[in-house]
Amino acid sequence: MPWTRNQLAERAARELKDGFYVNLGIGIPTLVANYIPRGITVTLQSENGLLGMGPFPLPDEVDADLINAGKQTVTFVPGASTFSSADSFAMIRGGHIDLAILGAMQVSEHGDLANWMIPGKRVKGMGGAMDLVSGVQRVIVVMEHVAQDGSAKLLGECTLPLTGTRVVNRVITDLCVMDVTATGFEVIELADGVTRQQLAEKTEVSVRFNDALMERA
Amino acid sequence: MVVAESKNGTAFTKVWPDARSALDGIVRDGMLLAIGGFGLCGVPEALILALRESGVRNLTIASNNAGVDQWGIGMLLQTRQVKKMISSYVGENNEFERQYLHGELEVEFAPQGTLAERMRAGGAGIPGFYTRTGVGTLIAEGKEHKEFDGVTYILERGIQADLALVKAWKADRLGNLVYRRTARNFNPNAATCGKVTVAEVEVLVEPGELDPDEIHTPGIFVHRVVHNPNAEKRIEKITTREA
Repeated sequence: MPWTRNQLAERAARELKDGFYVNLGIGIPTLVANYIPRGITVTLQSENGLLGMGPFPLPDEVDADLINAGKQTVTFVPGASTFSSADSFAMIRGGHIDLAILGAMQVSEHGDLANWMIPGKRVKGMGGAMDLVSGVQRVIVVMEHVAQDGSAKLLGECTLPLTGTRVVNRVITDLCVMDVTATGFEVIELADGVTRQQLAEKTEVSVRFNDALMERA
Repeated sequence: MVVAESKNGTAFTKVWPDARSALDGIVRDGMLLAIGGFGLCGVPEALILALRESGVRNLTIASNNAGVDQWGIGMLLQTRQVKKMISSYVGENNEFERQYLHGELEVEFAPQGTLAERMRAGGAGIPGFYTRTGVGTLIAEGKEHKEFDGVTYILERGIQADLALVKAWKADRLGNLVYRRTARNFNPNAATCGKVTVAEVEVLVEPGELDPDEIHTPGIFVHRVVHNPNAEKRIEKITTREA
């Protein structure tokens, strides 16, 4: 069975390590905050100028001056700090953020990422995505394995305008987890009940299975 | 308080009676503005309304977003006062899209961190800087590439704006500013890059009431202050959790 959105978020949350500073993108990545494993402390960064982002506020706590990068009202956790956009991206560009988890339209086997623009369609802009993927220590993409129209999202080369080149370290889809290696995608984990053959049928680009998976049936 | 006293004994002040008078004589057609705010958070709403009323046109505006249709910079789009936006994200705005698709509005997309740094650099007298952000993408086209320690960077230019409009929480009449929560965002960076900077604030205090250690933007960067204690502070997406 493919992973659901929540299972995807739960799987992505297992990438978090104690003490990490993490930036979560919009969509499924935002759900990752709901599955931070017990006993692990991570600090969430929001690129509009907030470190130590907490959950949505109670109805009587809503503050117009306290939002996240998705423009949603949020709260502080104890120890939170706020700062300017230039300082926020000094953290990002300067390599001080441990991990970014974000969505994608396409990822290439070289780790190229496309997630901001479809030519001929409404262009909204890249926001902070280009800065994040080029500056953060580790970049993990969480996305559907295949686009809703059936087209491939994992490719030899991206066909959409890029957000960054050679920036993605790991991809978590509803079917599997794979690493971007010097020799292309390597599948390190399959969603429960998904077989190697099923995965191969749904994947246009050629992938390798790591040794542990090869031994499994 | 020697600094705050003028020779004839009246207190020196950067405070103007209202947003309209604060923009008097410093706005003109074709100028380059830097405007603070992220979405509708921390936008100088009264100053934007006054800019609209001033009727100046052909403006180029460096601002992370373009507001929404009925609020913020979106209001300047409705009156066709904007020629070009320099922004990182312009969703949530139908009039923006219409003008852009019809070729009535130019857009220069700048990655969010690059835009913030362009303002910071411009305000700090730095004409350009190298960044990895955007290397290998559309935004690197036509820009100088340079390798440092085996990594490729592109040259981005600092922004020096003719006029910066910012929103702060508190100010004294010398223009020292304190921001609140994430309403800080681009405001401190925009404040430094204006040849003239006007700040709209919710709370106005006397010099000495702000602790020097708590001031985010020293008054040297701020030329005019407008007190707007009743800012609307609209929220784009109210999200809450259950008790």
